Amino acid sequence: MKSTFRFFAALVFAASLIAACKPDPVDPDPTPVTPAPVTPGPVIPTGSAICINFNNVVGSNPLILDNVYRYVNLNGDSFNVQTYRYYISNISFTDNLGNTWYELESYHLIDAADTNSLKVYVDSMPAGTYTSIRFMVGVDSTRNVSGAQTGALDPVNGMFWTWSSGYIMAKFEGHSPSSTSGFNLVVYHIAGYAGQYAGQRWFTPTFNSATAIVTSNTVPVIHINSDLNEWFQTPNVMDFSSYSVVNAPDAISSGIADNYLDMFTVTSIQN
Amino acid sequence: MNRSDAIHRHAQDKLRRCGAFILRNIFAGRRIVFLFVVLFPTLFVWLIPGCTVDPDIPIETTAEQVKFYVPQGFPQPNYDFSMNPVTLDGFKLGRKLFYDPKLSRDNTVSCGFCHQQVSAFANTNHQVSHGVDGLLGTRNAPGLWNLAWHTTFMWDGGITHIELQPLGPITNPVEMDETIANVITKLNADAEYPGMFEAAFGNDTITTQRITQAIAQFQGLMISDDSKYDRVLRGGATFTQQEEFGLATFRSKCASCHTEPLFTDHLYHNNGLAPEPTIMDAGRMIITGNPADSMKFKTPSLRNIALTGPYMHDGRFTTISQCLDHYSGGNMYQSATLDPALSGGIPLTAQEKSDLTAFLMTLTDYTLINDPKFAEQ
Repeated sequence: MKSTFRFFAALVFAASLIAACKPDPVDPDPTPVTPAPVTPGPVIPTGSAICINFNNVVGSNPLILDNVYRYVNLNGDSFNVQTYRYYISNISFTDNLGNTWYELESYHLIDAADTNSLKVYVDSMPAGTYTSIRFMVGVDSTRNVSGAQTGALDPVNGMFWTWSSGYIMAKFEGHSPSSTSGFNLVVYHIAGYAGQYAGQRWFTPTFNSATAIVTSNTVPVIHINSDLNEWFQTPNVMDFSSYSVVNAPDAISSGIADNYLDMFTVTSIQN
Repeated sequence: MNRSDAIHRHAQDKLRRCGAFILRNIFAGRRIVFLFVVLFPTLFVWLIPGCTVDPDIPIETTAEQVKFYVPQGFPQPNYDFSMNPVTLDGFKLGRKLFYDPKLSRDNTVSCGFCHQQVSAFANTNHQVSHGVDGLLGTRNAPGLWNLAWHTTFMWDGGITHIELQPLGPITNPVEMDETIANVITKLNADAEYPGMFEAAFGNDTITTQRITQAIAQFQGLMISDDSKYDRVLRGGATFTQQEEFGLATFRSKCASCHTEPLFTDHLYHNNGLAPEPTIMDAGRMIITGNPADSMKFKTPSLRNIALTGPYMHDGRFTTISQCLDHYSGGNMYQSATLDPALSGGIPLTAQEKSDLTAFLMTLTDYTLINDPKFAEQ
């Protein structure tokens, strides 16, 4: 044991000598170099930014990913949720003077299974009092036809059709005893980036006269509820026994996208 | 100096250098040592692999050879290489990926498994594509060339970008059946790849985009512009009289879909093939959902046609003559989406068929299929 310790002590000493032989003119700090994390955590800005906090719910209940049939849609079908993911893109804010600010490279993947993804930080914003927000659910057609993308749009994220190029704008997967598909699966993939059944939708959930005040050292938080049950009602009531698998851009998928036009509600803004 | 000359000269240089080395040693008075230490072992090594090239003398690809260009008479390409500039390191990475079975679920099937250089990157042995676990696809692996000019890929045009194309076969359950995430994991664990990504892209981060851009650099360089047809058009060769007649027939009866110089209109047509009952391939309609696209498939380029059999989207014909018989015969499968130009077939006399075949033979690009930079290393 003692000799092992001596060996390592000698090794560390030798290593420090080697390191000492190579003075680094750029970084004189002797702090040991730590390897870069494989998946870096979110960068949390301390000012000039807005945080959008997406709170996924099903009706009045929090959204929980498990195998329990804890939810019921308007049609009366009970169901569970395995996957709930959607792209939030092309975010813009308008301030009380009427100026609109657009986020660059504005592509964010919200994934109910990844708590980090639920907080979207829109940074490098000018100071101001912002009174409204606008964003798209989905990915604009330009990025659908611009080759392999990176970040949130990396096809590795499982929101991309490899056999018929294009992004899945939003995705719900779960089970329902009403489903007639194998394993009682219910799979709704909303896709199609062009044409009459395109899956993108624009949203402008109201701030209800609240404001988000951005300064160089404050980051307001906009809390937005995202209600999965809205996928299945108004105007098109979805019956899981008739529509258990929707995975092509058609009238049904487009109808579901129309349904969820009212799924976002700003519940509060923290300044 | 054109490309084929450069390759031939390169090979000759190698032989000359090798010969000079042997002669120099023999005449330097070190004959005995040379015979035992160099020549005998060398001959022995040469005997084992028979006719294969000595692996110690690889034909190194140079930066000069990986420059993208637009051949004379070609339209502007669809893919913008300025967004993904070809570099020697990027090209070599793309080549390694193209020939690496690690891209498949069980590490058995590479891109090059179905796309073989000797067949102009088609597969002469397989009617439809073969995948992992001996699974069969439903369509015939096409040859690969002039891909930078294509607006869509696959027989149904489902893939809209050259960079996105490899993701199709990699994730297809009856082809390579692998996930993109797993491919990245395997490449990260490999001894060579991280360094190759660093050389090609500045650091060793492996992403979908870098994988597909490297493959695009490799595949996009597969330019076919040196067939006899091309050399005749450039003024360096002459057609025989029969080839000349064949070209005239081609231009009057085939070129509306197989448009020169790429020999495809990049569009989709129902060419009157009866659907295979076990597959019932709806073709383009699978992508668009539009019944008007039922049984339509993308017009394949006819370049290298002598090498790329079997023919048609499902590889049902093994010879060019069967294809010509189909187009000229009265057996067009009549359906609502049959191309109007084909409803009665295209009348062709025996002489015209013979002339057409002679012309089609001039579309073979031996430079492409012999270019060592596209070979598995």
